[in-house]
Amino acid sequence: MATHLKRKRIAHIIGVITTLLFSNSVLAEAEPTLNMANTAWMLTSTVLVLFMTVPGLALFYAGLVRNKNVLSILMQCFAITCLMSLVWLAYAYSLAFGEGGSVQQWIGGLDKAFFSGVSIDSLSGDIPETVFAMFQLTFAIITPALVVGGFAERIKFSAVLWFSVLWLTFVYAPVCHWVWGGGWLSDLGVMDFAGGTVVHINAGVAALVAALVLGRRYGFPETPMAPHNLTMTVTGACMLWVGWFGFNAGSALAANGAAGMAMLVTHLGAATGSLAWMVCEWLRHGKPSVLGIVTGMVAGLGTITPASGFVGPLGGVIIGGIAGLVCFWATQMVKRKLHIDDSLDVFPVHGIGGIVGTLLTAVFAATAFGGLGLSEGTTIAGQFVTQLIGVVVTIVWCGVLTLIIFKVLDATIGVRVTREQETEGLDLVLHDETGYNI
Amino acid sequence: MKQLTAIIKPFKLDDVREALSSIGVQGMTVTEVKGFGRQKGHTELYRGAEYKVDFVPKVRLDVAIAADRLDEVIEAITTAAKTGKIGDGKIFVYDLQQVIRIRTGETGPDAL
Repeated sequence: MATHLKRKRIAHIIGVITTLLFSNSVLAEAEPTLNMANTAWMLTSTVLVLFMTVPGLALFYAGLVRNKNVLSILMQCFAITCLMSLVWLAYAYSLAFGEGGSVQQWIGGLDKAFFSGVSIDSLSGDIPETVFAMFQLTFAIITPALVVGGFAERIKFSAVLWFSVLWLTFVYAPVCHWVWGGGWLSDLGVMDFAGGTVVHINAGVAALVAALVLGRRYGFPETPMAPHNLTMTVTGACMLWVGWFGFNAGSALAANGAAGMAMLVTHLGAATGSLAWMVCEWLRHGKPSVLGIVTGMVAGLGTITPASGFVGPLGGVIIGGIAGLVCFWATQMVKRKLHIDDSLDVFPVHGIGGIVGTLLTAVFAATAFGGLGLSEGTTIAGQFVTQLIGVVVTIVWCGVLTLIIFKVLDATIGVRVTREQETEGLDLVLHDETGYNI
Repeated sequence: MKQLTAIIKPFKLDDVREALSSIGVQGMTVTEVKGFGRQKGHTELYRGAEYKVDFVPKVRLDVAIAADRLDEVIEAITTAAKTGKIGDGKIFVYDLQQVIRIRTGETGPDAL
């Protein structure tokens, strides 16, 4: 009797499940519905990526400058966070992800300016559009904040604000639209999972151009300009590592296997990038440094970013390792051979890392190298060419537009502080404060 | 009365303090200082950028003693601070004109 009842119950449960599954699939075809699991993960990812900029990147950078400029860096990162948020609301989200109509290939329209039409019920895929827009906003915050490393310790604060607004408008929003907003690079088939082109190449190239336009800090490279607080830098770097899981695994826009794989390869990229840089320093200079190992981590993370949703663990390890080696070499080149004062090494770490990662995505996305597979009928060589186009286009667009923005700003409000102010330190001169009263 | 200024390696400070206490030296003043002698400085490397740091951290110890204890105190400091390697530091000896204990107004050797 008891067995009979049990069987009946099981049959009933199976019946209910079948009905649920069936009705769900019917609903899914009828209209997109909110997926709460995905929404929960995207809310979490958004918080993680914001945490990367404030306090992660802010601390990472602030520790690297001299103690007279520590507040200026914290202030720049913080103010960029606030300002980009309002620009995103006003029109940048719409330019990046709005409907462009006849110019959709190039730029989104202004249909979503001031989040017009974005209500509590609006969906983007199967998550609320508010969540999608916030998630993307955190990327639009960290990218101009990364550029800060290129002009650190010598720029006027007002110039940082103007530059960030113009740069988000003319560089970030279009490139973001081309790659992620349904523009021509995504139609072309460029694979950029979480921002090799949009975030890292963009930030790296902009920092390099900024360093060249502003010129070197007085005394560079003869005068020692050692980091004033590496414990702060390492703290910030560790926050970046943690936050990066939101950046890459969040870019799956879902709580699924792709997000899980992205998280795994991101972690492996960070680990091998760190070790690769450490070994390079150990062999080359005789001692491994803590600044070296955390810089290798950032290089590994930046490089795995475009590949993170497309490659397997093997790709994660190899891309991370290559990132450590190549970015180490690039940092020496830029600083020691070319004597360019990209003060916090944004280009050699993020720019070069973004380029290498975007190109290697073509290789390690292939199933032959343990990846999740290129789109049907695409060869590694064919995809590599597509990736190369994405890289070159981003470098050229960002390079030219950043140059124009800086030249215009220099001719109007002026971008660099006076020599006397630079010697005094930006904290006191621009903010009337000092970081340490001890 | 004599005043001694000893520049020593920072990690030897505890040894020297104990050596001086054990022979009955009542007080001392310690300052963290930077400088260089024959040891010269060292280099620091940040992401491949090499910086020469001329000044190395040292500890400066100031002690006031009765003149007849000079050899004994020098012996104690020298033994305790010595590693035999370059950079062990130096001891400077000065004549001390007067000492006043502020609380009581005592002067001279009584104030030591």
